[in-house]
Amino acid sequence: MHIVDRRLNPSGKNLANRQRFMRRAKSLIRKAVHESSASRSIKDADEAGEVSLPAQGVQEPSFRRSASGGMRDYLLPGNKEYLEGDTIPRPPGGGGGGGSEGSPDGEGQDDFRFALSREEFVDLFLEDLELPDLAKRKVVDAEALSWSRAGYSVSGSPANLALMRTVRNSLSRRIALKRPKASEIARLRSEIAALADDEEARRIELEAELRRQLRRTTLIPYIDPLDVRYRRFESHPKPVAQAVMFCLMDVSGSMTEHMKDLAKRFYVLLYIFLKRRYKNVEVVFIRHTHTAQEVDEETFFHSPETGGTVVSTALEEMQRVIAERYSPDMWNIYAAQASDGDNTASDNDRTAELLMNSILPNCQYYAYLEVGRDAEHFPPGFIRRESDLWQTYSEICRTGVPMAMRKVGHRRDIYPVFRELFAPRQDVGAETA
Amino acid sequence: MNVVTRVERPLFEGAEWDFSTIQRVHDAVQQVAVNELGLDVYPNQIEVIGTEQMLDAYSSIGMPLFYKHWSFGKHFARNEALYRAGMQGLAYEIVINSNPCISYIMDENTATMQTLVIAHAAFGHNHFFKNNYLFQQWTDADGILDYLEFARGYIADCEERYGETAVERLLDSAHALMSHAVHRYPRKRAADLRSEERRARDRRLHDEQVFNDLWRTVPGGEAKRVDLSAEDQRRALLQLPQENILHFLEKSAPRLVPWQREVLRIVRQIAQYFYPQSQTKLMNEGCATYVHYRIMTRLHQTGALTDGAMVEFLRSHTNVVFQPEFDDPRYSGINPYALGFAMMQDIARICNEPTAEDSQWFPAIAGKGNEMAVLRDVWANFRDESFILQYLSPRLIRALGLFHVLDDADEPHLQVQAIHNERGYRKIQRALARQYDVAWTAADIQVVDVNLAGDRKLILHHRALNRVLLEEKDAKLVLQHLADMWGYDVLLKEIDPGSDAVLKEHAASPKPGILVTVGMG
Repeated sequence: MHIVDRRLNPSGKNLANRQRFMRRAKSLIRKAVHESSASRSIKDADEAGEVSLPAQGVQEPSFRRSASGGMRDYLLPGNKEYLEGDTIPRPPGGGGGGGSEGSPDGEGQDDFRFALSREEFVDLFLEDLELPDLAKRKVVDAEALSWSRAGYSVSGSPANLALMRTVRNSLSRRIALKRPKASEIARLRSEIAALADDEEARRIELEAELRRQLRRTTLIPYIDPLDVRYRRFESHPKPVAQAVMFCLMDVSGSMTEHMKDLAKRFYVLLYIFLKRRYKNVEVVFIRHTHTAQEVDEETFFHSPETGGTVVSTALEEMQRVIAERYSPDMWNIYAAQASDGDNTASDNDRTAELLMNSILPNCQYYAYLEVGRDAEHFPPGFIRRESDLWQTYSEICRTGVPMAMRKVGHRRDIYPVFRELFAPRQDVGAETA
Repeated sequence: MNVVTRVERPLFEGAEWDFSTIQRVHDAVQQVAVNELGLDVYPNQIEVIGTEQMLDAYSSIGMPLFYKHWSFGKHFARNEALYRAGMQGLAYEIVINSNPCISYIMDENTATMQTLVIAHAAFGHNHFFKNNYLFQQWTDADGILDYLEFARGYIADCEERYGETAVERLLDSAHALMSHAVHRYPRKRAADLRSEERRARDRRLHDEQVFNDLWRTVPGGEAKRVDLSAEDQRRALLQLPQENILHFLEKSAPRLVPWQREVLRIVRQIAQYFYPQSQTKLMNEGCATYVHYRIMTRLHQTGALTDGAMVEFLRSHTNVVFQPEFDDPRYSGINPYALGFAMMQDIARICNEPTAEDSQWFPAIAGKGNEMAVLRDVWANFRDESFILQYLSPRLIRALGLFHVLDDADEPHLQVQAIHNERGYRKIQRALARQYDVAWTAADIQVVDVNLAGDRKLILHHRALNRVLLEEKDAKLVLQHLADMWGYDVLLKEIDPGSDAVLKEHAASPKPGILVTVGMG
C-alpha cells in the first residue's frame, strides 16, 4: 500500500480549463459583470466578486429523454394507503407520483454563481474601452531607449567581450593551422633530455624539430585579433508609458456633496482605467472657485470653499502645472472636469479661448462631466436651461477636438457614461450629449 | 462465528491522524477484508488531497489526469460556488478503477472517517472493480492511466498543431454524443491468424471424424444463395444499424481528417470506460457500504475502534443509507446506498436466518450459510438490473413499502399498478429492475442508413420507448453537432416501436467551416 500526499501539489491545476470556460462564456460574463457593477459602490469597483450566469449558452446538450409525455413508471418507497388499482390525481406540474424527481442527468439547468478574481473582474469591466488618440503621442526620447541583444560583432567595448565565442573561434583556428600543442613541445624537450650522448644525429634532428615547433607557436598566436567577438546590442525606442490625469472641479457653494460624490466616482473610474494602460499614472487635483489652486486629494474632495465661479482660472492653473512639470512630449495628458455648469458669464469667452488654444492641443483627451441633481428632484415639466459652460463647450466640441462631454444626474449613470466616453469610436469629439 | 480476539490498543483516539495512523488503519482493515470477508483487491494507493484538488477531481469526472476543455472549467466553477456557499458538501473520497486502485481521501476527514473511507473505497469498491464481470469485460484497469496520459498529450498536441478552437469545437461535438458512444454488446473481434488456423484445424478434424462417403451420393438441391438487396449490402458494409454513433463517425464520416477521428476515438474510449459504472451504481455502492459496515463493526468488536469512533461512524453511516419516503420533502429518488446496503444485508439474512417465504423464493441460498461466498458471487456476476430481478426479496419490498405508479400522459389519472403484496412482488421486481436497465433509461438511438454514393444523408432512428420523445431543444443542438461532424445533412426520426409510426422528425445541416469543409453548397 502506498500513501501519497498530494496536498503539496501545485494548485490551480484547473486554471487552464477555467480560462477556456471564461473565454467561452465571455459575452455572458461580461453582461453579468456590467449588471453587477451597477449595484456596486465605486470603492470596490475593482474588487473580486461573484456574478450570476444563466445556464444557457454554456450548456452541454446531449440526447435525453424528455421529462414529460408518454408512459412512465414510478417506483416509490413508503406506501401507506394505496392499493393496486387506485388512481391518484395528477399532481400539478405534471410531475411523478409525488415527491420531486431530480432531472434525469442530475444536472440542474439553473443559473449558477460564478466567482471572479479581481484581475478578471477589472479586465472584463474595462474591456473594449480604449484610450482615445493613444497613437498620437508615442514620443521617442533618448532616455526611453531599451537595449536588446542582437548577435555578435567584431568590434565593441571590452566589457562586452563574448569570451566563449572568442575562445571557440581561436580553438578552431588553432586546429586548422596546426599550432603545436604545449604537450607536444614538452614531449620533445623531455625526449631530448633523455637522449644518451652518443646519439648526436638524433639530437640534432629533434632540436631542429623543436625549433620549428617553437617558431610555429610564435607565428600562430593563441588568440588572434581575428578571433575576438563582442556581444552586439541594438537599441529600440520605447514609448513613454506614463500619464498624468488632471482632475478639475468646481468647489463653489453651488456644488453639493452629492455632485462632488458623482465627480469622485468618475475620477476613480478614470484612474482605474488609466492605471491599467500606463505603468505610471500621476494625478493632479485642481479645484477652483473664482481662483484656482492645486491641492491634495483630501482637500480636493472634502474641504469646503466659498466664492464665485471662474472656470478659466482652473485652466490657467492646469496650463501652469503642465508647463512646470508635465511636458506634453514626455507625458500623456488626460483631463476630466466636473462642474455643475455655472460660470461667470464674462468668463466664457476666455475659457473657450484657453481650452482651444492651450489645453486641448496638449491633451490626449478632455472629458467634461456636468453633474446635476437627481433628475427626480425636478418637478415634472420643468425644463432646464442649458448651462453656460455646457453651451460654451458644445461649440468647441463641434470643431472635432479630442473632447467629450456628458451629463450625469445619478450615480447609476456614471459607469454607462464612462463607457460611452471611452468606447472605441470613429470620429473623436464630434459628439454632444 | 469467529472468535473475537481483542486487540490491546485502539488504532487511534480522537480525530487526529497522520500517515502512520493511515498505515495502521489500512493494515487492520485489510486484515478483516481479506481474511474474514475474503475480498480480492487490486493493490491500494491512497492519496491525501485538499479541498481544491477534490473539486478538481469532481470536474474532470474523477480522473486524475485529463485533457483540457472548457466544460471542466464550468463544472469546477459551479462546484466551487456551491461549495463556498455551503450548499454542497464534498464527498469523503473518490476512487478510481485502476491498478493500483487509487483512492483520494480528503485531508479534512477525521481519523474515523479515514477508516470508513479506506474500508469503503479501498476495499469495497476496489473488490467490486476487480471482480465484477462488466468491469472485467469493458475496462482495462492496468491501462487506463496510461491511456489518459496519452489522450491528454494527444489533444494538447492537436491544439498546438491545429489551433485550440478547432479542437474545442470537435470536443464539444464529441461530448454532446458521449452518451451514445458506447458499445452495449461485445463486438466480433477481427480474426487473427492463429485463431483462424486453430478453427480451420478443428473443422478439418471434425470433418474427418464424421466422414461418411455415403453423403456424397445423396442427391441435393441447388445450394441456396442469399441475395442481399443493394440497400442491405451497403448497410452491412457500414455495419448498420449501429448504436455507437461516435464509433460510426470515427470509422465512416467522409470528411473527418485523421486527427479528428483519433479525438473521437479518445472520447468514446473514455465513455466506454465509464459504461459499467452507470450500470452498477446500486451494486457498487451496496457492496462498498456493506463491506465498510462489516469491517467497522468487526474493528469495534475487537476494540480497534473506540466507542466514540463507532458512534461517529454510525452517525455518518445512517446518514448515507437514509431513504426518505416518497411524500417526504427530502425525497429525491431511491438512494442507491440505502437500497444496495439493504439488499446486501437481506441476502446475508436469507443465507443465515431464512423464513419460509425466503426458502420458497430463494431455494438456492436460503439457509445455506456462508453469506460472503454468496455475496462475492453476486458482486462478480450481476449488474443492477439482473441483481434486482433476482434478489429483491418480498420482505424487503414490504419493509420499504415499495409501490408502482403508472403515469400515462393520455390518461387523466395516475394509476397504482402494484403494491407490496403477494400479487405485486414480481411486478415490482420487474418494474424496479427496468429503472436500472440502461436499455430502458437511455434513449435508444441508432444510425440506420446512409447512402454514401448518393446524397450522403445520415438517417438515425430514435425508438421512443413508451412514446417518450427526446428533449427537443437539446436534441436539436446535438443533431447540429452531429451534422457538423458528418459534413452532410442529418435526419433523426422518432419512431413508436409498437406501430413503427414516425412521431417526430428533426433535421440538421452542417454549418460550413465549423469542423469539416462542407462541399456541395
